[in-house]
Amino acid sequence: MDFSQLLADVPTLVAVIVGVPVVLAAYIIGGEYLVRLLPDKARPSVRPWIWVGPALAFVGVFLVYPVFGTAYRSLFDLSGDNFVGLSNYANQLSGFPAGGAWIAIRNNLYWLAFFTILVLLFGLLFAVLTDRVPYESPIKSLIFMPMAISFVAIALIWKFMYSYQPPGEPQTGTVNAILAVFHQDPRIWVQDPNLANQALIVAAVWGFVGFAMVILSAALKGIPGDLLEAARVDGAGELTIFRRIIFPLMMPTIVVVGTTLVIFALKAFDIVYVMTNGNYDTDVLANRMYKLLNAAQDYGNASAVAIILVAAVIPVLIFNLRQFRAVEARR
Amino acid sequence: MTIASEQIATPAAERRFSPEWLGQGFSKVLLHVVVIGITLIWIIPTLGLFVSSFRPLDQFTASGWWTALVPPFKFTLDNYTGVLDASNLGQSFFNSFMITIPATVIPVTIAAFAAYAFSWMKFWGRDFFFLALVGLLAVPLQGTFVPILKLFVQLGLTADKVGFVGLWLVHTGYGLPFAIYLLANFFRALPTDLFESAEIDGAGTLTVFFRIVLPLSVPAIASLVIFQFLWIWNDYLVALIYVGSTAEVAPLTVTLANLVGSKGQDYQLLTAAAFFSMVVPLIVFFSLQRYFVRGILAGSVKG
Amino acid sequence: MIGRKLTSLIGVAMAAVVALVACGTGSTTSKGTVHILAVWSGAEQDSFKAVIAPFEASTGINVQYESTRDVDALLQTRLAAGNPPEIASLPSPSTLTKLAGQGKLVQLDNGILDMPTFNAQYAPGWIDLGKVNGKLYEIFAWAAVKGLVWYNPTKFTAKGYQVPTNWQDLMTLSSTIKSGGTTPWCIAVENGAASGWAGSDWVKEIVLSQAGPDVYNSWWQGKTKWTDPAIKAAWQTWGTVLGPNNSNVYGGKNYILSTSFANGGDPMFKNPPKCYMHNQASFITDNFVKQDKAVPGTDFKFFPLPDVNAQYAGAHVGAGDAFSMLKDTPQARQLIKYLTTPDAQAIWVKRGGKLSPNKTFDLANYPDDITKQVAQVMTGAKIFAFDAGDLMPTTMRDAYWAAVLSFVADQSKLDSILAHLDSVQATAYK
Repeated sequence: MDFSQLLADVPTLVAVIVGVPVVLAAYIIGGEYLVRLLPDKARPSVRPWIWVGPALAFVGVFLVYPVFGTAYRSLFDLSGDNFVGLSNYANQLSGFPAGGAWIAIRNNLYWLAFFTILVLLFGLLFAVLTDRVPYESPIKSLIFMPMAISFVAIALIWKFMYSYQPPGEPQTGTVNAILAVFHQDPRIWVQDPNLANQALIVAAVWGFVGFAMVILSAALKGIPGDLLEAARVDGAGELTIFRRIIFPLMMPTIVVVGTTLVIFALKAFDIVYVMTNGNYDTDVLANRMYKLLNAAQDYGNASAVAIILVAAVIPVLIFNLRQFRAVEARR
Repeated sequence: MTIASEQIATPAAERRFSPEWLGQGFSKVLLHVVVIGITLIWIIPTLGLFVSSFRPLDQFTASGWWTALVPPFKFTLDNYTGVLDASNLGQSFFNSFMITIPATVIPVTIAAFAAYAFSWMKFWGRDFFFLALVGLLAVPLQGTFVPILKLFVQLGLTADKVGFVGLWLVHTGYGLPFAIYLLANFFRALPTDLFESAEIDGAGTLTVFFRIVLPLSVPAIASLVIFQFLWIWNDYLVALIYVGSTAEVAPLTVTLANLVGSKGQDYQLLTAAAFFSMVVPLIVFFSLQRYFVRGILAGSVKG
Repeated sequence: MIGRKLTSLIGVAMAAVVALVACGTGSTTSKGTVHILAVWSGAEQDSFKAVIAPFEASTGINVQYESTRDVDALLQTRLAAGNPPEIASLPSPSTLTKLAGQGKLVQLDNGILDMPTFNAQYAPGWIDLGKVNGKLYEIFAWAAVKGLVWYNPTKFTAKGYQVPTNWQDLMTLSSTIKSGGTTPWCIAVENGAASGWAGSDWVKEIVLSQAGPDVYNSWWQGKTKWTDPAIKAAWQTWGTVLGPNNSNVYGGKNYILSTSFANGGDPMFKNPPKCYMHNQASFITDNFVKQDKAVPGTDFKFFPLPDVNAQYAGAHVGAGDAFSMLKDTPQARQLIKYLTTPDAQAIWVKRGGKLSPNKTFDLANYPDDITKQVAQVMTGAKIFAFDAGDLMPTTMRDAYWAAVLSFVADQSKLDSILAHLDSVQATAYK
């Protein structure tokens, strides 16, 4: 490994590390300075735009603009020359329950249910339990570790976990070796359509619990300690404290983590693509879109799948709006 | 707070031999057993990879990784030396830092500005914009590559002209929805009286933001930094699309993925590579761990 | 005052960032640069760079090499964005052929290549393969041969097994081995997102040597249906190799589907062997040597998969690396010419893992006896057909690979599998 090059380039890195925050700070300080030049009454209506402006601009260019392009594109055929109305959507949504995108939609619903619930559950469990032991930091680091592993390596790890040797042979996969201890026949986990979705979701949950744990833990730390002590002094049991104090106070964060997980479940792609590419009844919408985009070069249908995926988030948004308003009302 | 906890401690000590104490002691032991037990189960897959990373290739499919833990030992450093032999590893490390640091700092800062406005300012269309942001989290990135790359080519924002700048911008755009969503949730939960008292003191928006909002949200910002950092550090596809895989610009993920042949030859190197690329995100996680402590909020309210 | 200081500080910082970023990425070569995108990574990437090194040294041109396993996706994205590399090499010519049809490739037999030399050095089959509507768009620099049955000569001799020379002998040998209590074959088709291709090789080899090149060609061209009796018969022939319930294959269905193709041959080297034969392309020897510590010649040798139908004796399936030009620059012209030369090809061939399609190529360049024998299979083939899967549109090829998985899982579903392939065929060629 050639470290000399790394060291030679360090000044560039330092310039970037110093320069970028300076530019950002200058923006907001300068912006606020300009706002102060305005008459008193105009300030409250201008100021928010200074603060959200950069964010809206970035999101506008890098997400909104492509989404509108995608929505437009979804109304055209494969070549992009002929307007076909909603027929790409009709394609994707025809042939219920096995045709079109339905297998993928069904699997996304599996992901939605199991991935979200399991990650939330384990994340909450780890956040609450580790909060009570003196060796919190090392335990959290170990649980968090899979988050730091790239998905290619995660796929490799689970390939090792699920690997199969014929019955009677020494098993090389951890899961089948454990089965062998209990005198069970080995199974193929990823290649059996009855097990494959679960096997992929388990791998993804394992890789993602650290996410929920860290954020929920941050929220847990935000609950004032004296509130909990007061309850303990009043003789409340730990379960009661969790149910009556911790859980309600963490609810907004649980909603945030849950929403994010639901959206990640809808976008599930990496693990599926690397491990099965949608074979064995494991296709999901994002993988289907990727195949339509790159293999079939069918931008029309790929765009339709993307829009279906984005539209599926609307119920989650409505739920969030309610939550959002509830927090506002409590102020 | 310290006084309160001492007050509880004393009566607990007096109840030393009561059945309640036994019950509490038992539940304490149970807690440790559960925490350590689940953690052990949780690290099995990583442990398997770790042990495998020290095994020679011919052992990979011959026996399970746990068999390596008993004699005769057949450990090797070949997989690690294989990774270290990669021609442009130093350059890739540098590139990963060059990509990741600005692509973390920019979105987190811009998101903090926006989250502050979304949670404590009133403006036209606020709820709509906020929900639209959350909805944009669902956009499959694969669909955005072509239009944005087209834009970059037209504007001259390609890697051969401006280096990583295009990639920083893209990562900022992609990362903002989650960053704003997370931060706004935490900012919104800050007590209202903080802001009221600040206003009475005549503090300006900037002062409130830098002196009250940011310090009180350190755990949230720390967790956001961790995730944004490691997502970008581990990103393969976005970097490949926008800057490519030539030695000058390839980040660590791309270089490590290219250790493996097109038909998966030498895949055993990935075991060592996984730990190699994991080090930096784990250091970030460790060093930000200390901000996850109870009482920052309570302490500053009183102060 | 603080404001002014801050402003100047910001100005300096921004200028520094821009300047450093700009100088960090600027490249300075007087003879220009050519970008090339290909699939080779790892040791293959080192080999390709070794090929490029003398070119850079002699011409002064800087070659920027980029590789990814998802090379098709990256190429399509870059093309759509208007930022393609000058040269691309893809493992499947079908994508390039499609691009040629869309007018996105540069015609090569129109002043770029020295056609008399090229025609003299390449067999017409390889040249025609690179033509779309009669114009040359793709050249092949390296090749590989499929349909090689690997066996362990020591173990074969110990059991008194003879190397079969025709299909009947192969089937007889298979049942002899089976009646001896060992599964004759090792087959493994798992390969992540590309799972199934290893089995698809079997099917295309059988189509070629059972139904002949005409059927084979019209099949990959989408003119012969999958439900056509000739194609169905090929699957059924493969079914007899697999045996009822895949009983001729070590580990049966579960092992075939869950084991990586890279480990496919491993059980053959166990003691006693778990199987005696493994059909795979020439590159697999690398795995034998590294994974199984097997010695070429002693522990493994190969025989070409015998022809099912004697009428098509000497039929072999191969594959190759196709190169095309997407942007016409003087540097790209020089590089593409260079890649057709035997000298350039010899560099990689000597490093192992590739064959040269060039007629004038010196057999002495092959690094070992087995590679030389493989090259002789290719040059001596009476009928040499390019990998049908790689010639099919990507969607068709992917469905073909997936069909292999379904067929192995349940051979009795062949009719519905083929009917599904027909439905894909109906739209994939548009």
